[in-house]
Amino acid sequence: MGSTPSLPAWEIRNLANTTGFTSEQIEILHRRFLHLTDGKTTMSKDCFDNIPDLDCNPIKSRIVNAFFDGRNLGLQTSGTVDEITFENFLTTLSFFQHMDDNHTKEDLEYYKNEKLQFLFRMYDTNGDGKITLEELREIVDELLSKTSNAEKTSSSIADAAMLEAANICVGQMIAKNPAKEQAINFWKAKPLCPGTDSLAGGKYELAS
Amino acid sequence: MALAGGGSRDTRGLCRLSLPGYFILLVTLLNNAEATSRNESILHGQEVEGGNRHPDSSKIHLSRSLTNQEERLSVFSLDYYHVQIPFEITLWILLASLAKIGFHLYHKLATIVPESCLLIIIGLLLGGIIFGAKERSPPVMSTDVFFLYLLPPIVLDAGYFMPSRPFFDNIGTILWYAVVGTLWNIIGIAVSLYGICQVQAFNLSDITLFQTLLFGSLISAVDPVAVLAVFEEIHVNEQLHILVFGESLLNDAVTVALYHIFKSFCQMRDILTVDIFAGIAQFFVVGIGGIIVGIIYGFVAAFTTRFTQNVRIIEPLFVFLYSYLCYLTAEMFRLSGIMALIACSMSMKYYVEENISMKSSTTIKYFMKMWSSVSETLIFIFLGVSTITNTHEWNWAFVCFTLLFCLIWRALGVIVLTQIINRFRKLIITRKDQFIIAYGGLRGAICFSLVFLLPSHIFPRKHLFITSTIVVIFFTVFIQGMTIRPLVNFLDVKKTNKKQPTVSEEIHIRFFDHLLAGVEDICGQWSHYYWRDKAKKFNRNYLSKLLIRDKEPKSGIVALYKKLELKQAIELAESGQLSKVSSSASLLNKKPQKINNVSPDELKKIKDILAKNLYQIRQRTPSYNRHSLPRDTNENQVKEILIRRHGSLRESMRKTTRAKQSDAVKNSPFSQPQNARTTTRPRKKNVAFTVGEDSNLETDSLQLDNLSQSKLRPSPRHQEACGMEWKNEVHRENDRSQKPNSFGYDGGGVGSGNDSRRRPALKKPRTTSDNLEHHYNEHRRSRQGFVEFSPDNWRAESACEEDPEVNDPLIRKPK
Repeated sequence: MGSTPSLPAWEIRNLANTTGFTSEQIEILHRRFLHLTDGKTTMSKDCFDNIPDLDCNPIKSRIVNAFFDGRNLGLQTSGTVDEITFENFLTTLSFFQHMDDNHTKEDLEYYKNEKLQFLFRMYDTNGDGKITLEELREIVDELLSKTSNAEKTSSSIADAAMLEAANICVGQMIAKNPAKEQAINFWKAKPLCPGTDSLAGGKYELAS
Repeated sequence: MALAGGGSRDTRGLCRLSLPGYFILLVTLLNNAEATSRNESILHGQEVEGGNRHPDSSKIHLSRSLTNQEERLSVFSLDYYHVQIPFEITLWILLASLAKIGFHLYHKLATIVPESCLLIIIGLLLGGIIFGAKERSPPVMSTDVFFLYLLPPIVLDAGYFMPSRPFFDNIGTILWYAVVGTLWNIIGIAVSLYGICQVQAFNLSDITLFQTLLFGSLISAVDPVAVLAVFEEIHVNEQLHILVFGESLLNDAVTVALYHIFKSFCQMRDILTVDIFAGIAQFFVVGIGGIIVGIIYGFVAAFTTRFTQNVRIIEPLFVFLYSYLCYLTAEMFRLSGIMALIACSMSMKYYVEENISMKSSTTIKYFMKMWSSVSETLIFIFLGVSTITNTHEWNWAFVCFTLLFCLIWRALGVIVLTQIINRFRKLIITRKDQFIIAYGGLRGAICFSLVFLLPSHIFPRKHLFITSTIVVIFFTVFIQGMTIRPLVNFLDVKKTNKKQPTVSEEIHIRFFDHLLAGVEDICGQWSHYYWRDKAKKFNRNYLSKLLIRDKEPKSGIVALYKKLELKQAIELAESGQLSKVSSSASLLNKKPQKINNVSPDELKKIKDILAKNLYQIRQRTPSYNRHSLPRDTNENQVKEILIRRHGSLRESMRKTTRAKQSDAVKNSPFSQPQNARTTTRPRKKNVAFTVGEDSNLETDSLQLDNLSQSKLRPSPRHQEACGMEWKNEVHRENDRSQKPNSFGYDGGGVGSGNDSRRRPALKKPRTTSDNLEHHYNEHRRSRQGFVEFSPDNWRAESACEEDPEVNDPLIRKPK
């Protein structure tokens, strides 16, 4: 390939329509994508190892997996894919967009739901649509992994969190079908989770 | 604060009783004030009259006998001057505190009128009485007293309890408002006032531009004391609160710098460009220098507390000493003392809290709150007192226009600045927020003190400035202070969310932080989260190792978790109301569905560890030692209360579950702890538990875990929730060769009636939870057994208190 192959304009427009990024942002991201993949058109998991700062991140593997999760990419299967294209890359990143007030209320609600689903999938590693105590424990473990704590504390923390969840929506948490909605309702019902608001509101915004 | 209806009659009676008390106090103060006026005291600002002391003492009705000729031995004598200064100071503080009691007895009044207004009114009354009786101006609060003694506690309190996360999230906006906003205000007010002064009709033409600039620089500053006083009572949402409050703190740098600059400019003959650049440079030096001084002192304080484990009793002193030194150092170098103090307390807090004991931490909190509360009260009272003077100069135009321009320029400034800053913010500041920010720009005692500092020889119209400052302050505090609450309600501004922080929130917030930082790394963009991540890493790797004693940096999740546990334990120990039990009962009515993801031994582990973290027991023989805290005899009682409460909780829960269940209640005793229960050793009286006393909870919990695991041979089923708490009562005594479960399981039992009065209390828990375990699905049961605690407390904490902060004795300003 050439030095920095750029996307043809029609493709940029296409992507802009589907993902909601502006063309500038798409170009920047494309450059970054090529930098990470060393010029190839598809990205695999080890491309993320090139980022030094990401290695210190305790939930690195989850983040990386989120890019390869089939559910995020809109595929029907719930496994992980091995290679993602630039479009998939953008799709995953689009979950972090800032939703301004230009959209209608239903749209905003829909986007918020989508974001929460994305988050849910990050927690739910085995893909069964439920967040179990074990999964929560793993999360807490990972979050605490950079500080030298014993596992006991983390598991008890996770349990306490689970119990809190039970308090807030007793009986709704995990039961049957539609478990995902229950969990999402739980998250919405949870008071003052500024992070959820910010993620749903899209605190992350690309700077060009 | 919450006085029941029946009590109101008593309180009114009490008020009527206290009124004569007030008058006596006033009379005493009167005489003291008179005596003061003849002497130099620190309460005496401007007027020092000749020192003819003795003739006036004759007017005091408690004076000594006037026999100057004879030198008989007097049996009873009075020497007031010996104790005068401390006596008067104490009387003033006492008056302030009594005033506070007085307001809250009339709690209806306190809801309409903010406390600051009431205090000013009292000050006015006092000043009026003193003035009327003496035909002289009452003592004026000296500027030194204000800046050196009264202001630092308030600022320290504000900085120490500043929620750092929202503060740093919004730091850009806060700085924007504080710096640029204040500059805008200053220039606007100064220029427009100068324009007004040029109008010949107003008789103001001798006021120069620099004078108005100086005046503008002191009148534009939003005052943290006033803002705090008013905003604490209206409970707006956190972001709004932090914006206004942060602005009021950080604009001190601008104020101090510009005040000195313009004062120097006023005194200089001609201004060179060098001076202007020096002025700008001075501004930066003042602000950033203050912060640096603060951070240095903060870290030194944190480092010092690393070594204080043997002198726990003076730990709080270090915090206060270093903070005060920091403030004084900054003032010495003419830097911004407020910013230094804020930086010091914020940087110190995290590390100090890790190093010091629980008791020291509580002490620090209480003392800070107390001092800042007293300071604030005194400031407002003095404001009132100092207003009554016959040296006012009134000029309708100047005063009215000053007030008008203050309001207009503030509103304009907020609107314009918000338009600009909203482009850089994700969570934009709405119109309602803007209105509250503009409306909440109260002026207060800082402007008042600064205006007294104006040198009279350059400011021939000084009294005019004083008068207009007073008018502005009164207007903002009274009118704006009183109306802001109804306006907040009317505009339906988002109020603060009064829920307790939960562990899962903390987990999610951390998760989001890492997630967003990671995505930023992937995209190669740096932003907010990147810097925060970097700061945290730096903190963890370097600072914490240096400044924290045990070299184990704790995660925020763990810290919060432990804090919640402690709070829960304390709450359990302090309460005793069965009303909370009913809420748990109602929860049980909902019949939670089966939760199928918790395996039994995991659940047991949960309860193990959670329970262990609740309390710890120390076994110490009581001794009186000047250098350590004496053993609390209350702790035994606390434990008793705890056990009883758990017993009663269990009982009520058992009743409701019995009502629900139709199955027979099985009553099998436990097999496992039988051996433990058969101990007959009398319990040592001096064993008590302290909650989280000065060691690392975590390592203790690990030790506990090991000990209990090794010694208890737990069987999965029988570790029910209620018995849990007593398990860790066990650990330390294991060393002392007592039976392992002597405490906890002693009481449990079926018929091993021995010496402990705890026995009956624990008996029910045993059977209750037993029932639970037999009749429900075991997960559900155990969950209920445990859920009975958590919703009870977590819900109780949120439902039974209007505001978690109100009942927290550590927060001042009860409503």
